[in-house]
Amino acid sequence: MPAVEISGLTKSYTAGFFRQKRITALQPLHLTIEEGEIFGFLGPNGAGKTTTLKLLMGIVFPTAGSAKILGRDFRDPDVRKEIGFLPEQPYFYDYLSAPELLDYYAQLSGVPREERRKRIPLLLEQTGLADAGRKQLRKFSKGMLQRVGIAQAMIHNPRIVFLDEPMSGLDPVGRREIRELILTLKRDGKTVFFSTHILSDAEALCDRVAVIHKGVLRGIGVVEDLKSQTADKSEIIWQGAHALAAVSAMVGKAHVTGEVVRGVVNSPELDQLLEKLRREKARLISVTPLHGALEDYFVAHTSEREAVQR
Amino acid sequence: MMSRLSAVTFNTFREAVRDRVLYNLILFVLLLLAITPLFGQISIGLERIILINVGLSAMSLFGIVIAILVGIGLVSREIEKKTLYTILSRPVRRWEFITGKYCGLVMTLTVNAVMMATGFYLALLITGHGWQAADARLLVAIYFIILQFFIMTAITLLFSAFTTPVFSAIFAFSLFVIGSFSEDLRNFAALTQGLTKWLVTATAYLVPNFSSLNVISQAAHDVPVDGRLIAFNTLYAVFYSMAAIAASIVIFERRNLK
Amino acid sequence: MKRLRPIVWQFLLLAICLAGATLALRSVDRVRGRQATLQDVLYIRSGKTLKRASLGYSGLLADIYWTRAVQYFGSGHVRHETRFDLLYPLLDITTDLDPHLIVAYEFGSIFLSQAKPAGAGQPEQAAALVEKGIRENPKYWRLYFTLGYIHYFDRKDYKAAAMAFQKGSEVPGAQPWMRSMAASMAVHAGEPELAAAIWRHIYESTEDEGIRQNAVQHLQALQIDQEIAELQRRVDLYRQKTGQAPYGWQSLIQAGLLRGVPRDPTNKPYILDTQGKVRTKDPVPFVTQARDRKE
Repeated sequence: MPAVEISGLTKSYTAGFFRQKRITALQPLHLTIEEGEIFGFLGPNGAGKTTTLKLLMGIVFPTAGSAKILGRDFRDPDVRKEIGFLPEQPYFYDYLSAPELLDYYAQLSGVPREERRKRIPLLLEQTGLADAGRKQLRKFSKGMLQRVGIAQAMIHNPRIVFLDEPMSGLDPVGRREIRELILTLKRDGKTVFFSTHILSDAEALCDRVAVIHKGVLRGIGVVEDLKSQTADKSEIIWQGAHALAAVSAMVGKAHVTGEVVRGVVNSPELDQLLEKLRREKARLISVTPLHGALEDYFVAHTSEREAVQR
Repeated sequence: MMSRLSAVTFNTFREAVRDRVLYNLILFVLLLLAITPLFGQISIGLERIILINVGLSAMSLFGIVIAILVGIGLVSREIEKKTLYTILSRPVRRWEFITGKYCGLVMTLTVNAVMMATGFYLALLITGHGWQAADARLLVAIYFIILQFFIMTAITLLFSAFTTPVFSAIFAFSLFVIGSFSEDLRNFAALTQGLTKWLVTATAYLVPNFSSLNVISQAAHDVPVDGRLIAFNTLYAVFYSMAAIAASIVIFERRNLK
Repeated sequence: MKRLRPIVWQFLLLAICLAGATLALRSVDRVRGRQATLQDVLYIRSGKTLKRASLGYSGLLADIYWTRAVQYFGSGHVRHETRFDLLYPLLDITTDLDPHLIVAYEFGSIFLSQAKPAGAGQPEQAAALVEKGIRENPKYWRLYFTLGYIHYFDRKDYKAAAMAFQKGSEVPGAQPWMRSMAASMAVHAGEPELAAAIWRHIYESTEDEGIRQNAVQHLQALQIDQEIAELQRRVDLYRQKTGQAPYGWQSLIQAGLLRGVPRDPTNKPYILDTQGKVRTKDPVPFVTQARDRKE
């Protein structure tokens, strides 16, 4: 079961004095994140990364589309026991101290008292906040607030952790600590989804990355593949599992969820594949090219050129 | 659900208690109570009446101001400061959040009222050289003041759910002023006819009724309050507050947060 | 039952709570009764203080006070616990707040001056109130009419009434009959024709149904007074002629003093009781002739 399955989540606003202009913050997004992986969501500011996260967390409501988290509807409040969220530039109740905040949040996430008593000191230790003591959060530096943010995202031991720009505001030492934390999470079998515009972090940590620009998903890449400079491949998603038999040779290891199939094909064979799918009357959902090294990849997809669509 | 509700409630209480605005206001009221005995020097025999009027009116007015000032922060400030993001990403339902906030603030105001009432009774003790049997009747006036707080908090919460802190304060206070004349509004409605009558009557009943909850001058003159009045006023306060909270929930559950 | 969307439940809850609140509020109003509207209002008895405290909204406050007065006193059913002693202070405050609220002077003073249980029975204060109104609104000649009315009917001070009508007739724009009223008063004070003239004027000068009905009642009462006086005279005549008390109207009819059973303006027969006194079949308001009988 994938950790997160986003099917066509869309968000648009009406703007302008008479509400006549329609701005799409997020075009229909299709994305799947596997359990246990560290997934990076790359893009410049305003690309739609935060919007995606806000949609998943129920902070804003989608204009269209749906998503599943751990197999359940993302709107189910109880599923949020299993997820943790660190927003960008977070604010917390500044009249509370770090342990108080963690205790409150843990209560809201349904952690029983005994477990709270054990986990809070543990997490304060892990995030380097053990010395903060009873100091109120209003006296914390930005870096310390960021650590509190990570602590509260992890306090209830969630299976998936969503981080929006987790490194922002941290000095190099802090960033290294967070990187360690993220790797620890992976070691414990957790899934991490984090958005950033810092490529080196993504390169160091992620199993896969996706690039988003101006509300559109431009590309997905497996970092390993990217680092080893693999040749042109494309990720293809279509609806019509029956067609898989006809194209299995070209697609290699395909992932099937219900009627939706996701696979990777060598770009030269793309046209052939599309033809076969058409004959099988499969419905194409998206084709996303996977390219070379991460930086080229990022630049290629965030320039003004439109993504390759067929 | 209950654990989440009580968590939000107690945290809101803690938040209000640590808010320094609260302390200044309470201090003010206590000071006021302390100097009230001086008023009595002006007219003999009126000391007690003046003390009760000033004391209870101050309690009522300042309590309302506190309800508004702290109340507007309930939701508006949280949205502005994005502290809500990490709350909503947890299993807590939006309606639980609103209700918990309400309960927390109401708890705060009740504790305030008790503190102010204690100061008030002390002042009574000093000026009256002892307590009279009639002093127990003042409790009804104080109880009604607390009911006013219930209503005011719910209203502030309602505005807080969809508008900025400044506007919430303005609207809430305006409704308090209008609500203090709600009896007159209802009388006026009875005198009108036709379409105007329907409109004015509807407004008269939608506006919160603070006038019947104000028995301060009655208390000052030791006029007892009808038991049925206590019962009906309680029912009114409960229903009206619940209506305001229900409306807040309807709005808040659908709101896209920035 | 189909699972309803949450918004339906929420709106249902909202509607129920609003309904509950409204019902509870109506019960509160019922229990509080009319007392409530006056209590707080009269705590501050100084109109001047209130005016200053109202921060320029004295007109609005005056309207509120007036509305409360009407609500309390004007509900038609005057219970015996009505606090008439509060009326004058209330009107005084109202007119301090808004000296140009004519209706308060006009209606308020009439109600104030009329004898109980129809009014407060305080004609002196009523006159004082109208005089205040005249001071503040010297161009409004109708107030002189009101003053004259009070002096004439409730204080029975015909000289003062005549003077009021005279002064009123001198105000530019006053109706000409004010002058003739003043003149008549000097000569025919106390006579029913004058009273009837005044009531007719009242009836013609207003469109308010309540006031018109009141005027009609007064006119009828005047007529009844006259008729009873006449009938009584004939009864006494009978007694003189026969030396006996009449046995019902039949005696008088047989004696040629009456043509038929006399009826009042509402077409009900007059009653000649066993003591030889004439009265109406049912009590009629404002009738003076049989007053000693009524209480």
